[in-house]
Amino acid sequence: MNGEPVEIGGAGPGDAVDYWGGSRLAPGATLVGARPSRARVWRNRRSTFLIVLAVFLTLVPVVLILVQITTKGLSAMNLGFLTKSLPFSDTATGGGFLNGLIGTGIMVGLATVVSVPLGILGAIYLVEYGKKNWLATLIRFFADVMTGVPSIFVGVFVYTALVIKFGYGAVMGAAALALIMMPIIVRSSEEMLKLVPLELKDGSYALGAAKWQTVTKVILPSAAPGITTGVMLAVARAAGETAPLILTALGSIQLVTKLTGSPISSLTLLIFNGAQQPYAASIARAWAGALELLVLVLIFTIVARLFASRSRLTK
Amino acid sequence: MVYSTTRSALPAFRSQGFSFVTGANWDTNAGIYQILPFIYGTVVTSIIALIVAVPMSIGVALFLTEYAPKRIRTPIEYAVDLLAAVPSVVYGLWGVFVVLPYFLRPIEDFLSKYLGFIPIFNGPSTGVSYFAAGIILSIMITPIITSITREVFKTVPSADRHAAYALGATRWEMIKEAVLPRSRGGIIGATMLGLGRALGETIVVALMIGSSTLINPSIFKPGGSIAGVIANEWNEATGLQTHALIGAGVVLFVMTIVINMMARGIVWRFNRE
Amino acid sequence: MNPDTSPGNAPVFAVKGLDVHYGSSLALKGVTMDIRPRRITAIIGPSGCGKSTLIRCFNRMNELIPGATVSGEILYHGENIYAQGVDPVMVRRRIGMVFQRPNPFPKSIYDNVAFGAKINGYKGDIDELVERSLRQAALWDEVKNQLKKSALDLSGGQQQRLCIARAIAVQPDAILMDEPASALDPLATVRIEDLMQDLKKDYSIIIVTHNMQQAARVSDETAFLYTEVDEATSARWGILVEFGETSQIFTKPSDKRTEDYVSGRFG
Repeated sequence: MNGEPVEIGGAGPGDAVDYWGGSRLAPGATLVGARPSRARVWRNRRSTFLIVLAVFLTLVPVVLILVQITTKGLSAMNLGFLTKSLPFSDTATGGGFLNGLIGTGIMVGLATVVSVPLGILGAIYLVEYGKKNWLATLIRFFADVMTGVPSIFVGVFVYTALVIKFGYGAVMGAAALALIMMPIIVRSSEEMLKLVPLELKDGSYALGAAKWQTVTKVILPSAAPGITTGVMLAVARAAGETAPLILTALGSIQLVTKLTGSPISSLTLLIFNGAQQPYAASIARAWAGALELLVLVLIFTIVARLFASRSRLTK
Repeated sequence: MVYSTTRSALPAFRSQGFSFVTGANWDTNAGIYQILPFIYGTVVTSIIALIVAVPMSIGVALFLTEYAPKRIRTPIEYAVDLLAAVPSVVYGLWGVFVVLPYFLRPIEDFLSKYLGFIPIFNGPSTGVSYFAAGIILSIMITPIITSITREVFKTVPSADRHAAYALGATRWEMIKEAVLPRSRGGIIGATMLGLGRALGETIVVALMIGSSTLINPSIFKPGGSIAGVIANEWNEATGLQTHALIGAGVVLFVMTIVINMMARGIVWRFNRE
Repeated sequence: MNPDTSPGNAPVFAVKGLDVHYGSSLALKGVTMDIRPRRITAIIGPSGCGKSTLIRCFNRMNELIPGATVSGEILYHGENIYAQGVDPVMVRRRIGMVFQRPNPFPKSIYDNVAFGAKINGYKGDIDELVERSLRQAALWDEVKNQLKKSALDLSGGQQQRLCIARAIAVQPDAILMDEPASALDPLATVRIEDLMQDLKKDYSIIIVTHNMQQAARVSDETAFLYTEVDEATSARWGILVEFGETSQIFTKPSDKRTEDYVSGRFG
């Protein structure tokens, strides 16, 4: 194993030369008060400081955004804002973003109605049915790629596919939003479905249940809270989208409830326009709108988290 | 998807030829549409965002995995998630009316006064600029980089950490030698995903970069980004201009797809080790 | 090189009334024993009785587990390592540890062994230190031409010997081994056991093992740990039942529980 006898000599604590810079305590030295070299201690402290600083700097915007949106938004907000539409002139005070709220509601609602069933079905297919066939790979590829596509490009696509032929409208906007929501729903539902324990499914099959029955009566219910979380997060995301709607819904100053044929606005579009105006009244409305939107999005996000903690599936 | 959009953009491509992407002249009146300034703007703002966001995100991820006790960890995780939940238009509004006048302009003025001899820091600052857009972008992409990096750090087996401690390492030495080397691939993947997100972000950049159609060497000057110019000019665009904007969108799509595929490739390869 | 600085036969470690709690539950109670220098001391007992917990107290590695508290004393050359003002980093510097699963860093063989030297600012010849440590760990001949190769390319047994080389490169006094051979095949296990006999000329070794035969083969003294249960609350904790010369523990144990364990009736 060793060949020649091992030469066990060299510097040690009892020897004259100490190569360890004092960290190799000599006999008689005590442990109390022994410290690593100053450079090491300093480097450790410095890195701790920098890391805490990074955390602090990251948290500051959170606090700032919340505080300022709330204060600026509240000062411009009143009941009229929530219930009225845009005033005729940009410089006039008063009025509200009601048309935007309705628009957001219609488009997000339509998008949800379409994307949730399709998304969940797609996820079910991926997890329970098609493991390696072409359809599964296609779905997975689609979901993966779509999460990286910039939202404005989704708008460009829906424009070229639909708007050129049918004009701007709520349905077009909803289509764009649905394209953005679906990959999120497929992905998160897939994760949730994969977490359903094998024993649960085996138990159902052992009782003679068919695959589809197992899915609807056992798997879906146990994954339901987690899936709901994913859906709500997707809804929150869709409600906050602006760019794709520019190209598909275009925006309008009127209160529109038609589904096709006429441009329609959304909360986000109105805020975007307001941010670009020089008039104080418009800017004030934009702040109020931002508060409204933020509250909406936060409610969905927080409720989503509540569902997540109620889910009994864990990794 | 690619097919449909490219087809619509074809008229623009045909009339401009290669100079669509290589030329720097975007003149609506003259009917010349060349998007290089916007490619430049998109890239520059994203790079600024990365330079700021990556160290921050790694720091936060390290804090959450190595330092923070559970009681502090949860609220901070929530706070970072909140950053991710804020809609981009709200970031834009806040950025233009709060951050810009009170934080960014003073910084830009300060930097351009003392470092103005370097071309990229040339002043005076005009308000909206690459820099402004980049900073807000960095806040927006921090959550995604942080969350992936945290997952990466969590996969480092605690045995490695114990080995370093048992040899008498301090906490930073342990991180430097046991955690970070193993995580390099994952961190790069996370960065690229953040980059992809930054490239595609529209509203914030549209609001904060200005509407210049020129390439400006200084980061304190206004510029344009691909997504931003599409958003800003869409309402009044007709005919060839519309096609050109679509074409710009296609180019952006290609850029982000390439970056995202590379990122997934790196993360996937890293996970296999 | 005689890294152990204790004169004569004074104990390297003196454990006095050691209690360990994880959060509010007791894990180890009232352990008292002396570890003598340049010997191999084995800690044996049924699984879950606290052997790993105990050995990790010697280099204050237990503190890395959130919620772990230690009361009582462990005197190292007469000094309590848990006293106020003692930096655990320095304790771990002097007392090395080898773990159950080999855990080399994802670096080259050379860098693994040199790790301790580099962070402690070793001013001597690092190449020579690396060679010396690898020789002592009986690994030099196998890797001397591939020092730059990644440590992860080695076999399990080689990786474990690398971890031993890494631990002794910082010239500790004592080496703690937490089931060092349990993840290795029988051939590699034998080599580790032979290595331990070599190492004990210079280092005091404490080894945890669930393999009784290994303890009997290798150690000079043995500590037998067992679990005590509180019937009322069904809380369990570990206690030291018996401690003595290995030959005595295995042939003429004084406690019935020890006798049951070593004769294979349980555990």
